[in-house]
Amino acid sequence: MFLDIESSGAFSVASAAPSRRQFIKVSAAAGGGLLLGFHLPGAALADAAKTGAFAGFAPNAFVRIGRDGKTAIIVAQVEMGQGTFTAMPMLVAEELEVGLDQISVEQAPPDDKLYANPLLGFQVTGGSTSVRALWKPLLTAGAVARTLLIKAAAEEWKVDPSTLHAEKGEVIDKASGRKLAYGALADKAATYPAPDQVPLKDPKDFKLVGTPAKRVDTPLKVNGSAKYGIDVILPGMKFADVAACPTFGGKLKSVNDEKAKAVRGVRQIVKLDDAVAVIADHYGAAKKGLAALEIEWDDGPNAKFSQDELIAQMKQAATLDGAVGEKAGDAAKAIAGAARKFDAVYEQPFLAHAALEPQNCTVHARKDGCDIWTGTQVITRAQAVSAKVLGLPVEKVQVHNHLIGGGFGRRLDVDAIAQAVAIAKQVEGPVKVIWSREEDIQHDVYRPYYYDVLSAGLDDKGVVAGFSHRVVGSSILARWAPPLFKNGLDSDAVEGGSGPYSFDNLLVDYVRHEPPAGMTTGWWRGVGSTHNSFMVEGFVDELAAAAKKDPVEFRRALLGKAPRAKAVLDLAAEKAGWGSPLPAGSGRGVSLIFAFGSYLAQVAEVAVAGDGSVQVTRIVAAFDCGRQVNPNTLKAQIEGGQIFGITAALYGGITLKDGRVEQTNFDSYQLLRINEAPKMETYFIESTEPPGGAGEPGTAGIAPAVVNAIFAATGKRLRKLPIDANALKSA
Amino acid sequence: MAYTIKVNGNERTADVDGDTPLLWVLRDIFQLTGTKFGCGVSLCGACTVHQDGNPIRSCITPIDSIGASAITTIEAIGATEAGAKIQKAWLVTETPQCGYCQSGQIMSATALLAGNPHPSDSDIDDAMTGNICRCGTYGRIREAIKLAANDAGAVKQGG
Repeated sequence: MFLDIESSGAFSVASAAPSRRQFIKVSAAAGGGLLLGFHLPGAALADAAKTGAFAGFAPNAFVRIGRDGKTAIIVAQVEMGQGTFTAMPMLVAEELEVGLDQISVEQAPPDDKLYANPLLGFQVTGGSTSVRALWKPLLTAGAVARTLLIKAAAEEWKVDPSTLHAEKGEVIDKASGRKLAYGALADKAATYPAPDQVPLKDPKDFKLVGTPAKRVDTPLKVNGSAKYGIDVILPGMKFADVAACPTFGGKLKSVNDEKAKAVRGVRQIVKLDDAVAVIADHYGAAKKGLAALEIEWDDGPNAKFSQDELIAQMKQAATLDGAVGEKAGDAAKAIAGAARKFDAVYEQPFLAHAALEPQNCTVHARKDGCDIWTGTQVITRAQAVSAKVLGLPVEKVQVHNHLIGGGFGRRLDVDAIAQAVAIAKQVEGPVKVIWSREEDIQHDVYRPYYYDVLSAGLDDKGVVAGFSHRVVGSSILARWAPPLFKNGLDSDAVEGGSGPYSFDNLLVDYVRHEPPAGMTTGWWRGVGSTHNSFMVEGFVDELAAAAKKDPVEFRRALLGKAPRAKAVLDLAAEKAGWGSPLPAGSGRGVSLIFAFGSYLAQVAEVAVAGDGSVQVTRIVAAFDCGRQVNPNTLKAQIEGGQIFGITAALYGGITLKDGRVEQTNFDSYQLLRINEAPKMETYFIESTEPPGGAGEPGTAGIAPAVVNAIFAATGKRLRKLPIDANALKSA
Repeated sequence: MAYTIKVNGNERTADVDGDTPLLWVLRDIFQLTGTKFGCGVSLCGACTVHQDGNPIRSCITPIDSIGASAITTIEAIGATEAGAKIQKAWLVTETPQCGYCQSGQIMSATALLAGNPHPSDSDIDDAMTGNICRCGTYGRIREAIKLAANDAGAVKQGG
């Protein structure tokens, strides 16, 4: 999972999960009607005393019903393709007893007090947490609203509320056939205090949750009217193209802007410490102007830094003492005493996110305030960093969040927003800063490089006697959420470090090693689980082969305490026809993960050509994410996640030379295309367990399934990504 | 100099350098933001529009090359028979995720269907390989094109 929720104090589930004492506030809404807000203990208990400040007008709510019956559901998360603008309202609507066709969806403004993600402690969309974190709070928000509307109708009709029920936005008295629409009850309902607790439906009575609902944002996305941050248009706005120093940690030395200023439409050249921007009437002119600049960079201390140097440093770091992530028994002793001993080094490269909507941010900076238009996964951080750059109080900065054209973790960071604000500070009027694709790839916040050492011992029956896994890589948590980096341990870096398995003798530990200063590492779809599943599932596959056991059977035997893991493994194997013959040059590989609260088994089929090129031909997945909200979206997320992961396995690799990223655009940083996409089948296990995340597991588990399939096809074991076709040439 | 071009049936004028890519004229001057910027060098297809019905990458198409040809963007593609079928199929199959590439996907798919009412899988590959979807909606894109083709009144088996 995204953060080590179980052990991380302020961010813990225990302190943040909504309880029966959940504080609920009711007040009159703007224009009359019912405004229902709910506050989460841990996030906003202290806010209770201050809530008067929001009375009736501020959007401190998840449900808003007007006298006209118009019902808005306010979503704290941002929509980036995962379907949260549909799933979140489904939860509220289920208990409120309204249809999705009866509501509008509104994006919440920045407010950590009102809209903190209960699993992560502030207003953030990431880590496949949205449904997990807000399942019960949103059902409760709907139920409280419905309860008060029924109470209002009961008073109106002078009957016992228990004789009434709600349906499709109306309260109904079955005995008499009377009906009152929610809008007509809103004013009266707004006068009641919220109940201390409300019963929630038995999930078997759900009408909406669990059905394949149509996404609310689809119509906008097929006719070009969906507005992403990059689509903002403001009167008098200018456009900026920007170049930051291509060498990490370097600075701007000098600029000759004579030719750039002569480009028609160019208005201004803005210099920052480490970047230069051209401001123009349209982006075409800005881009032409930027190309015409004669820039001299001071490359700084990393001018000679290369990938090989980094890897040599990490190899050295791997011999240091690690911070313990997981421990059982005595792994070192068990391995040393085992009949057979195995060691392997697994590596994963830096990765860029390559969201199709490049980094962009529109800013109108004024002396007394600032407006920001962008798409961000961390709206309150966007607000805070902008205020800091401008020296303004936070409340003077308004952030208008937008649909995101691909997040994947990139928009959990605000570096591009801070840069845009610094540029806008020097510009009169609003300016839209857009990074070129080259800038986006060369100045990303990269998934860390990992250099992991794995060891295991097998006894004379081929049973695992001991298992150890040393993770070496940079710490995202230490930068992004410093309180969570404790005693040298990055809990994300070791997440899933022993897979879903039970090892009697186990050690997972971590050695932090950072890339050169100026190169930042960050969250990338699947986070720690994407990294570790490749290492663990590859190595476990090696052990199965060494023990001369079937990879599925070998894994099964390690799953004593995990019946749900066993169930997905069995289902995927059955549906894939595990064990049935494939043509020569083809192979089948399996992977199994428990991540983000969900279980996922994937079987990949690959065909390896004589030149070593790999085609992933088929993926069969079995997924148990507990109770489902929108099965249609779940399937899309698993299958899209798989494409994302296959892209990384086949092509993904950011490399450094002379302190610079070598890749520039989609020719040198390739993304999977439709002709390369495999057939995909996803099977669900029906479950009444609490909901798990779905946005990331498909990505997290797919690379090892592919690599294991390549081993089955060729007998060649790949321990490093991306897949090296040269190593697979059959000649 | 000023260039007057025909966009979605209307004459529009932009006073820009002749080498200005059509993409930025559409987005920044004509405020037709449905056409997207992805790579700037014709590698991703997000900026696809139609020039006299043929799909082109507007990010590398200079404004001075348009002449009297008719440009159609995502905002108006629903007015064509093939465009309407494709958009409907995209809705039915719930194809978009983040949606950013989908304008370009729909423009390429519409051009395919308009010229080939019954595309095979390899026809689909040929027409759609230039359009990247980072969310990985390829399975649904394929399904949607086939659905739209069926909507055209005939089904081609296999392929």
